Amino acid sequence: MLALLTTALVVTALAVFVLGSRLVARLAARRRGAGAGAAPPAFDPGRERRAEQRARELLRSCVNEVEWAMYRDLGFIRLDGRSLPDAPGSDGAQAPYAYLIYPHKPIVAYVPATGRLLSEYCVNFPDVSGGGRTRLPASDDVLAKWMALTSDEARVIGRANMHLVGRQHDPGHVRRDIWRLSEWERLRAGKVGARAA
Amino acid sequence: MKPGHGEVLLAEGDRRVRADEELLIEEFRRQLDEGMWAAVPTERPGSGRREAQMVRDYGEIPPEAQRVIFFPRASGG
Repeated sequence: MLALLTTALVVTALAVFVLGSRLVARLAARRRGAGAGAAPPAFDPGRERRAEQRARELLRSCVNEVEWAMYRDLGFIRLDGRSLPDAPGSDGAQAPYAYLIYPHKPIVAYVPATGRLLSEYCVNFPDVSGGGRTRLPASDDVLAKWMALTSDEARVIGRANMHLVGRQHDPGHVRRDIWRLSEWERLRAGKVGARAA
Repeated sequence: MKPGHGEVLLAEGDRRVRADEELLIEEFRRQLDEGMWAAVPTERPGSGRREAQMVRDYGEIPPEAQRVIFFPRASGG
């Protein structure tokens, strides 16, 4: 019961993961001290790997089981289009477009029914505590895009720079990813069907 | 990327306890003042569809929420 009533404030793009409220004030102060003027710490592959592992766990705890499996197996997440005011399907029916969310690459919009690529939306989540010189771990970047799109699609799309697919993504690579996704879904459906039988 | 980053617990507490809630509110406001967005992961009843709910004020945090995630504001890349 207590756990349900306890609210935790979690922030991405910080240095350490600490449990325990007594350490909060010290951590917050340290973070503020590491402001825009502080030099980024030296590259440490082990620390990067641990940060990415924590980011993956956070992502896994937020998205649904299918989305997590998709990211784990394919390296991206497909998200159905939602609530743009002028989008067909915003009356509750499924929107005819979907997004592919890649880490540290633009979001790709496409039409699942035909595979037609629509556009790529270049959006960043600059680490404000690092003066914009740093970026989130890959899985945190995916989670930030997922949260932004699922909570306020119009806002994040409005902030993004839109281009035809091909500016940062290789269209052939994206088409292969869409094919990989369809194969992945087909195999997954088969496994689910076999388990149910 | 700032090496070694990932999430960190900024504050935790029981919202029914006044001292805890004051700490949560203070940290919530500080994060927004620093330019972060705040979102609460949710699950839609019935469909089980997971999504996030953006919160712009501490009072918008759903009572059943167990965590709030802060992340940098989106900007065009």
